[in-house]
Amino acid sequence: MNSMLNDILLEAKNLKMYFPMTKGLLKRKVADVKAVDGVSFKIKRGETLGLVGESGCGKTTVGRCLLRLYNPTAGQIYFEGEDISKLPANKIRPLRRKMQLIFQDPYGSLDPRQSAGSIVGEPLLIHHLVKTNSYGDYRRRVSELFATVGLDPSMVGRYPHEFSGGQRQRIGIARALSCDPSFIICDEPISALDVSIQAQIINLLQELQEKLGLTYLFIAHDLSVVRHISNRVAVMYLGHIVEITNWRELYDNPLHPYTKALLSAVPIPDPVVESSRERIVLKGDVPSPINPPPGCNFHPRCPIAIPDCRQAIPPLRFISADHEVACIRV
Amino acid sequence: MAALLKVRNLKTQFRTEGGLVKAVDGISYHVDEQEIIGLVGESGCGKSVSQLSTLQLIPNPPGEVVDGEVIFEGKDLLKFGANGEKMRSVRGGKISMIFQEPMTSLNPVLTVGEQLVEMLELHLKMPRQAAEKRAVELLEMVGIPDASARIDNYPHQFSGGMRQRIMIAMAISCNPKLVIADEPTTAVDVTTQAQLLELMKDMVRRFNVSLIIVTHNLGVVARYAQRIYVMYAGRIIESGTSKDIFIDSYHPYTVGLLKSVPRLDEQRGKKLVPISGLPPNLVNMPDICAFRPRCPYATQCPGEGYPELRQISDQHFVACHIDFQGKSREFYAK
Repeated sequence: MNSMLNDILLEAKNLKMYFPMTKGLLKRKVADVKAVDGVSFKIKRGETLGLVGESGCGKTTVGRCLLRLYNPTAGQIYFEGEDISKLPANKIRPLRRKMQLIFQDPYGSLDPRQSAGSIVGEPLLIHHLVKTNSYGDYRRRVSELFATVGLDPSMVGRYPHEFSGGQRQRIGIARALSCDPSFIICDEPISALDVSIQAQIINLLQELQEKLGLTYLFIAHDLSVVRHISNRVAVMYLGHIVEITNWRELYDNPLHPYTKALLSAVPIPDPVVESSRERIVLKGDVPSPINPPPGCNFHPRCPIAIPDCRQAIPPLRFISADHEVACIRV
Repeated sequence: MAALLKVRNLKTQFRTEGGLVKAVDGISYHVDEQEIIGLVGESGCGKSVSQLSTLQLIPNPPGEVVDGEVIFEGKDLLKFGANGEKMRSVRGGKISMIFQEPMTSLNPVLTVGEQLVEMLELHLKMPRQAAEKRAVELLEMVGIPDASARIDNYPHQFSGGMRQRIMIAMAISCNPKLVIADEPTTAVDVTTQAQLLELMKDMVRRFNVSLIIVTHNLGVVARYAQRIYVMYAGRIIESGTSKDIFIDSYHPYTVGLLKSVPRLDEQRGKKLVPISGLPPNLVNMPDICAFRPRCPYATQCPGEGYPELRQISDQHFVACHIDFQGKSREFYAK
């Protein structure tokens, strides 16, 4: 198990994703939206990396680049040791069998005119995982997948609108599992669900990980959920990772001023703990990624910024074996 | 302390094709002066409908406030005509509301200045020039930088957090007694959420207003509310001080909610304990405890009919048939 944990499944190196902004009839390029601007991280086999940040920080774009749903502007993505960042389109499809995505919105991500069974079974046909002439195999596999995610296999014929939000998210999970992937990106999988249902989905994701040895990239804005499910957590701000560490260090010893502010902004449902917590309220809003501030792009809001912070983008550096931070003040 | 608002046995129903929906089914609560109240529940539990009902903002048909009284400053608001002059002077004047989505509650074709000035002219009968001056002051107060220039901007020119600040400025513009904030921070990021909540707390102190925070986020009310009401399926199932609700929680639903969200300061290794099943469909609800199908103690539950709220300590009320003698957390601790 230990050797398995040290095995790197996926690595992003200096990943950049710029979206051009165009103007006029000829679509002249006028600027870039630097959604992801030089992000590097590794994910070990069998672990969960949490990716947190506020809306617009580029966390979803990172996920989509890893799946090559976008073609990254620069940088490399190594999946099982192979650089997939420049693979041609026809080589990507077989790869997607191993990399799947669970979406935030269980309403928008399921085709309303397709039955639940066919939604879950479609990847089997696309990737030729069941013999095309064997309807029995297909049916058996779909029922199996339903049971795996805690849905009654007799519901395969129903349509998405007949399910509740939590059940729909289970269908989305079954679809992701159908082609037996090794890596799943969970993009805000519980944000759209009711509080009492969220725990059901979190537990399901954890059970599946144990049972099937899955590797997750868990993208969310809720730090307490991310910390609960992840082995390591990367904090993003405006296209950059500002801190990566394990879940324990994240709460016990956060170093980047943004991480600290983010942690202090998350309320804890306990009035006794709350009354003794330090509260850091950041000033202002997240700047636009079209025209980010010079140097460290957090400096206009940073409580400990010094003039040097405006000079250069601070690189991620190791503070200890399992703790990287991008700040010149720590 | 004197109660500013007293709601008694409020009932709101909707006639739908599927049947009668008792969205709010006999809730009573009160808000004292300068108090921050939390009203917590999942989507569809009736928390927003109850607040719209007190302000007579429920569209009829299909909805109707069928029973109850809303005593505000000694008068029953439900006795006022919904669109009569008296009700309109209360709504937006003495009681104002902040909604979840600031982009849809601000008028996109008027500048924020015009919207603020309109309120001041209407409710406080301010002359135009004084109102304009006051509008700038209000924007400065809620922390809009360069307020005198930005007053001529349209809502889309502001970020989400800024728009919610403008909503707060509008809410306090006419010196209200009570502000109702319906999911005020659900549409914004956590760091913005912290800014907005601190701002609202500050406003409560500076302007002597009371605040009702309607939210599904238990953490938000733990930090700011003095007393909390927990709603489930149209009824209040537990109420008490923040300590009563979060530390001595009694109702299995409240306990379940607390156990099903991961805490930032938890020691890990424990699995979350979800509440099984789904929130009930409110169409033609039978007259039993609505939580019963999901309750881990249903087999021990002796009672029939709906459990009434009963007092278990000074300010702590709970609607549950079972007498746990302080042991309701046991199931979830396993």
